[in-house]
Amino acid sequence: MSTPSAEPVPLPAKRRLAQLAMLAFAVAIVMLAYANVGLALDNQVPAGMLTYGLGLGGLMLAAYLVLAKFAPWADPLILPLVTLINGLGLVIIYRLEAAGMDGASATNQLLWTAVGVVMFSVTLIVLRDHRALQRLTYTAGAVGLALLISPLLPFIGQEINGARIWIGIGGFTLQPAEFTKLALVVFFAGYLVAKRDVLALAGRRLLFIDLPRARDLGPVLITWGLSLGVLILQKDLGSSLLIFGTFIAMLYIATQRTSWVLIGILLFVGGAVLAGLIFDHVAARFEVFLDPENPALYDREFGGSFQLMQGLFGMGQGGVLGTGLGQGHPNLIPLSFSDFIFTAAGEELGLTGLMALLMVYALLVERGLRTSIAAREPFSKLLAGGLSFILAWQVFIIVGGVTNLIPLTGLVTPFMSQGGSALLANWILIALLVRMSDTARKPPPQAIQDEGMTQVFQR
Amino acid sequence: MNGPLKRAALACLLMFGLLMINVNYLQAVRAEDLRADSRNTRNFYAQYEVERGRITAGDKVLAESVDTGDTKFRFQRRYPEGKIYAPITGFFAPESQRDIERTENRLLNGTSADLLIRRSIDLFTAKRSKGANVDLTINPRAQEAAYKALGASGKKGAVVAIEPKTGAILAMVSIPTYDPNPLSKPNKATVNEAYKKLDKDEDKPLVNRAIERTYPPGSTFKVVTMAAYLESDDSIGPETQVDAPQVLDLPNTTADLPNYGGAACGVGRVTLSFALEKSCNTPFGKIAMELGYDALKDQAAKFGIGGEPLSIPLPVAGSGIGPEEDLAALAQASIGQRSNQMTPLQMALIAAGIANNGVVMKPYLVNKIADAEGGEIETADPEELSTAMSEDNARKLQEMMINVVNKGTASAAQIPGVTVGGKTGTAETSRGQAPHAWFISFAPAEDPKVAVALIVESGSAGDDASGGHTAAPIAKSVMEAVLGR
Repeated sequence: MSTPSAEPVPLPAKRRLAQLAMLAFAVAIVMLAYANVGLALDNQVPAGMLTYGLGLGGLMLAAYLVLAKFAPWADPLILPLVTLINGLGLVIIYRLEAAGMDGASATNQLLWTAVGVVMFSVTLIVLRDHRALQRLTYTAGAVGLALLISPLLPFIGQEINGARIWIGIGGFTLQPAEFTKLALVVFFAGYLVAKRDVLALAGRRLLFIDLPRARDLGPVLITWGLSLGVLILQKDLGSSLLIFGTFIAMLYIATQRTSWVLIGILLFVGGAVLAGLIFDHVAARFEVFLDPENPALYDREFGGSFQLMQGLFGMGQGGVLGTGLGQGHPNLIPLSFSDFIFTAAGEELGLTGLMALLMVYALLVERGLRTSIAAREPFSKLLAGGLSFILAWQVFIIVGGVTNLIPLTGLVTPFMSQGGSALLANWILIALLVRMSDTARKPPPQAIQDEGMTQVFQR
Repeated sequence: MNGPLKRAALACLLMFGLLMINVNYLQAVRAEDLRADSRNTRNFYAQYEVERGRITAGDKVLAESVDTGDTKFRFQRRYPEGKIYAPITGFFAPESQRDIERTENRLLNGTSADLLIRRSIDLFTAKRSKGANVDLTINPRAQEAAYKALGASGKKGAVVAIEPKTGAILAMVSIPTYDPNPLSKPNKATVNEAYKKLDKDEDKPLVNRAIERTYPPGSTFKVVTMAAYLESDDSIGPETQVDAPQVLDLPNTTADLPNYGGAACGVGRVTLSFALEKSCNTPFGKIAMELGYDALKDQAAKFGIGGEPLSIPLPVAGSGIGPEEDLAALAQASIGQRSNQMTPLQMALIAAGIANNGVVMKPYLVNKIADAEGGEIETADPEELSTAMSEDNARKLQEMMINVVNKGTASAAQIPGVTVGGKTGTAETSRGQAPHAWFISFAPAEDPKVAVALIVESGSAGDDASGGHTAAPIAKSVMEAVLGR
């Protein structure tokens, strides 16, 4: 073994100042967008702009300070990217509220953003070492399961818009599926790290793929059953697809076995066909996906293509440059403040805006995956990889759905759609990524002196 | 684990790539289709977001958009002059427009390519783009005089006044008419109901009788037969003697062509001028049979009859003297009966062509189009439609038409101090109703400023004199309004 070199290892830059500048830039874009909405709607800068701007700016400054103190080595890009998406979501919701759309409330969303930032900070402060989560593998699994079935329980479970995915506590309604996804990713990461050798190595080769042993199929089948259960009992296609897809991706990352992906796809297709045969609402979604412009489907009262087409009309109206904030009619699209917020952005910000927005999402995912690659031990790699993938997967499912790339399944557009549960859960997700990127980027301890074969590690 | 992680990253990249391609496809490739889809109600709302241009005539505002402050339907259309100008302005309904509102729609709403420069300037100066203003050739005094005079008759009908030297339409009235205001509200249901009611009305108030309906022109058409005769031989003049039997025997039929009421016309042989003054039928029937169908048809074509349909820019129904049949039919066509069908606008063109020394100018309604800042986009450029007759012959015909007013059936059109030329007409209708009363005229003959044609449906007691009595005073008041008397 060689002795460590006497020269100090170059440290990765913290780039805290760059992060602050980018954060200020993101807040500035959002404030300008606010002003734009006001000027377009009634020729004046909205009275609340300073409140909103200072509110958002203050929140992000607080998040920044917490991050600088408790995760100084964290990736500098993550927080500004999230700020930009969250802020644009706020502006669009504000714009829809100004147009008199029922249900859109920018004030509520700002309050939830504040709570989200608090959760972000608390997570960073309390969770000094994310590897503590590994010890909670089965607890997380149990919590995830409990959250998943909670909407089915009497008294607290509520059915809204035909999907039983809400629970009501006090005056609030929560969508536990959003928290479920976090708990389950933690569970999958812990579980797969423990079992990955067996899942990866045992089995026999058939033709050109390695088939796993039958008994190792257990966890996959259980997850599959779980997501089918969600689909059947809660009529929540989106969450079902989200959970199953993420599990398959994590299984692949953990085992490096392509056969798992193939098995997963087969199970998914089987499940989807089965569901399509059994449930009218699943079949209807597929029918609408194939021919949304069909007048018969457009005029159908339930499960028709009216909403989808309204979203597409909005996007068409926006064209390349968009109508400009406050100058389109995104309020004509049903639920344009939640599931369909992406099409509302498409109408007013145009193709240009949507490309930028997708790029911001892609960058965020890319920073998460980079964290995963830079991480030093399997649990962190799997957790960061899983969290990043679920973010990308969720964007793909909902954005692909509202743009008719894939059949539409209701999901929240991360950080944009109005809704407290999703904001909270996603801010926690970001806190976890930030925590892991801090650990990953923190330079290894430097030898204080030439200690020969002995080194002191910090934990 | 880095290998599969990188592949997972690639998968994420692929997903975002697919989303981006799809978004490009939707918003760049398919955008136009999605925008144009009739189910896209944005188009409907968008109509009410632009301040549509005004339609004006002289100093009168005929149509304007008013900022109601309504969030859904901000700018709404208003027609301060309502019914009088409705056949010209048309209306601006939620799903359709009509007349000038339709033909000039893209200029009025600002989407025309001609307004591209203005829109670009507005984009950079952050101004809300407005539509262009359309100024019409209509003379409000003439229009109102015509509306009032025709309205006073209590009958249905139409009046058209043209400036002979340019073709500019000075007045175009159709009665009964309608109020465009209730048809231009943003509420589809109430508009449709109001429209249906008007559409079902037996009097057809939505039809612009001046250009959308044809009538047998009766004796007013004799000026065309006369023009053909004058053009056939330069030696023919107002004093030329022609046969004027009491009854003209029509070959190969049992029918005859009498003068009105079987009356005599002069003493069997009369001057051309006298035949026109008294509106005798037999000399014209005889002339037409001499000239033949083709000569009459050619002369009519030179006045713009039967040619390409006119667009002023409102579409004008086609006029025609009818198909070639036998000589009997030709004789009847020559006095404006049989299958001879003219729009009042066409008859005004004939009067204007004669007054303008034989040159027929293309009729038009739009004088000038200017953008919201007053920058000119389009100004009318008078064009010749055709030359109907030589200057000499036109003068001969003018002289005879002046005699009709001074000594003949149209004395009611006389204006002291102004030389007026005219011709009365009575058109038999098949349905046993009272005949239509026609009148065409121009003034002043030396330097024509206005030519008028009008019809009063069932406005005649039977003879030309009574038609003249009903119709000529209406023309007189229109001419007086144009001449400022």
